Amino acid sequence: MAILTEEQTMLRDMAREWADNESPVTAFRKMRDAAPAEMFDAEAWKAQAEMGWAGILVPEAQGGVEMGFVSLGAVLEQLGRTLTATPLAATSAATAAIVLGGSEAQKAAWLPRIASGEVVATLAVDEGPRFAPDRISASVSGGKLSGTKEFVTEGDSAGLFVVAAADGLYLVAGDDAGVSRSARYLADSRSHAQVVFDGAAAEKLADGGADLLIKVTDRAAAATCAEMLGMAEAAFAQTNDYLKTRVQFGQVLASFQALQHRMAKMFTELELMRSAVEGAFEAIDANRPDVPQSVSLAKAIAGDTLNLVSREMVQLHGGIGMTDEHDAGFYLKRARVLETMWGNASWHRERFARLGGY
Amino acid sequence: MATAPEIDAPADPLEAFRSEAREWLAANFDPDLRGKDNSMSAVEGPNDDTPEQAAWKNAIGAKGWSVPTWPKEYGGGGLSRAEARVLQEEMAKVGAWNPMGGSMGVMMFGPTLLEYGTEEQKQEHIPPIVRGELRWCQGYSEPGAGSDLASLQCFAEDHGDHYVVNGQKTWTSGGQWADKCFMLVRTDKSKKHEGITFLLCDMTSPGVEVKPIQLISGSSPFCETFFTDVKVPKGNRVGAEGQGWTIGKRLLQHERNSLGGGGSSASRLFAGAPLSALAKKYVGVDAEGRIADGELRSKIIKHEMDMRAFALTLRRVQLDAKSNSGPSAATSIMKNVGARIMQERSELLIEIRGMAGLGWEGEGFDEDALKDTRHWLFGKAVSIYGGSSEIQNNVIAKRILGMLDHQ
Repeated sequence: MAILTEEQTMLRDMAREWADNESPVTAFRKMRDAAPAEMFDAEAWKAQAEMGWAGILVPEAQGGVEMGFVSLGAVLEQLGRTLTATPLAATSAATAAIVLGGSEAQKAAWLPRIASGEVVATLAVDEGPRFAPDRISASVSGGKLSGTKEFVTEGDSAGLFVVAAADGLYLVAGDDAGVSRSARYLADSRSHAQVVFDGAAAEKLADGGADLLIKVTDRAAAATCAEMLGMAEAAFAQTNDYLKTRVQFGQVLASFQALQHRMAKMFTELELMRSAVEGAFEAIDANRPDVPQSVSLAKAIAGDTLNLVSREMVQLHGGIGMTDEHDAGFYLKRARVLETMWGNASWHRERFARLGGY
Repeated sequence: MATAPEIDAPADPLEAFRSEAREWLAANFDPDLRGKDNSMSAVEGPNDDTPEQAAWKNAIGAKGWSVPTWPKEYGGGGLSRAEARVLQEEMAKVGAWNPMGGSMGVMMFGPTLLEYGTEEQKQEHIPPIVRGELRWCQGYSEPGAGSDLASLQCFAEDHGDHYVVNGQKTWTSGGQWADKCFMLVRTDKSKKHEGITFLLCDMTSPGVEVKPIQLISGSSPFCETFFTDVKVPKGNRVGAEGQGWTIGKRLLQHERNSLGGGGSSASRLFAGAPLSALAKKYVGVDAEGRIADGELRSKIIKHEMDMRAFALTLRRVQLDAKSNSGPSAATSIMKNVGARIMQERSELLIEIRGMAGLGWEGEGFDEDALKDTRHWLFGKAVSIYGGSSEIQNNVIAKRILGMLDHQ
């Protein structure tokens, strides 16, 4: 663990306790079975906002606590452990966009409402099934935005969209008449909507510089990595616990060396994953020039590691891991979605190579 | 090229020490010695130091900065961890290296003796280690006791004021050049772990015989060591009779730390030309200036990312140690990951250079490539010695993950 301040440690411990007690995996199961339109538990989101989490990236002047990415990561990691269905990651990514690129008026208009939990916000970037920030055709003319965004996280409930258009990032209110949404049900039972902008009123984020989109998607990827870290940690721990109880051939599975070595291998990869992911948060908080490399390192390693751990979770649980009654499937399905979001491992390795001049 | 990330900048009180270190280095380290590191001589054999190298070795030994954090009363530097880090940073800035850094006395035996030795033993043995005057070797492994070290058979019989040792050790690194040997012997055949004792043996004692083992790399850094009626005074026993396993295990922790995460092997890992540049030279580039062979390019990227993640983990382990929250669980993965990355790099170097990366000796190869061939082969040992990767995985599974033995 990166060295946390006392404040950050308290925040992390509070998040862990809350996730364990108030939002265990059974809560996710309940949400899935109830399938509310927004695909998260509105009460739980309210509780998160009351604890100040929606305002972690929001400056104090706009009602937030401005604690940065190491803090946000610590919270998202804990929520990832129990698969908490929360719009916190998406909202944080959109928040980062406004903090980095918004005018004072834009900040004043949106950030207090985000910090209070009143508004769920999200990024709308991709126009196809794969992350492709260099292929944006949505366009704005006379303050009206048109284009179709695919698989927008929390697209069903977002009250604010930060939309990538060909010439920059724009803010679009969710209740604008030019916005229409269609749910896309993915394997992870979370919210991913197609959002059509048809002449929606759009305000440009003008202060963020030419590479604002990259800066913002890097922060979105880092937030995703935090959730992935928590998921991998929990999937691994549950698998380890299971191996200690399941008896075959008169022995607990945990006593078989072939399985011990697979667990040791996963543990090793998990430690490397934690270093890479925390390294990205630190790079972002320090505003270091190597944020893109650090994020690509984190997302690539996080993707590979979570992929491994989620597959092994099912395999090592045997038949029970194949049943819907067991949680293993939840981790497997959510894992692939997060791996794909904001660039999969191959995409980030390729970018890392390009940045390094390979 | 990835480098180990810098540890956070020292706080102000350290600045005075920083200037002291800087001045001392300016006065004692000859800049011409940059890159003329001889710290591998512990296993590769004594190389005849040039007068400049010898002067540097004497200077750093006398100052105690070859082991900066060891206590002053035994010749060490007496520095705090923070000061030692500053010293390391300042040394890195001027390209200074630690001539004693790779020795077994410094990495393994010294820290163990400081913990378990008597006052007399420390006074006798520590100062020569600090000054690099004596070479130590390790008498642990035996032909029938490798990973299962506790089944060792080399026997020490009690003869009143001394023991008489009979048996064989193997994989004695640098045995042919060593002056002294710290060894595990059996003093009680009726018990396994509790029958083991830690002894210090003079390699010039009558009855000690060494036979170098030639390796696939062509070098002979290891020996078989035979003990025939070798007398070892009781005063050379560290700890109590039967306490050898505990002491010996502690020493292995020091060994693993230095092999996996510590200074010398990690810095070697990050040394050398970036693979991407070398690949462009040998394989060529495509129209966009990328390494022409796409698959090789992918392998190199994966390797470089692994290396970065390892460097970040190394830093995390160091920060954890500094924060006094106890050793991080990540410490246990360092040896395996370090070995994997080092070996991966060697294999990639061959793949990049083609036949030119497999040169054994003589004309037609560049010096680096010849060195890399030997390093590739020698490096296969990294996942075998000091507890093989499989043994490390057992340790992770049992001690950290709490997985069990068959009942």
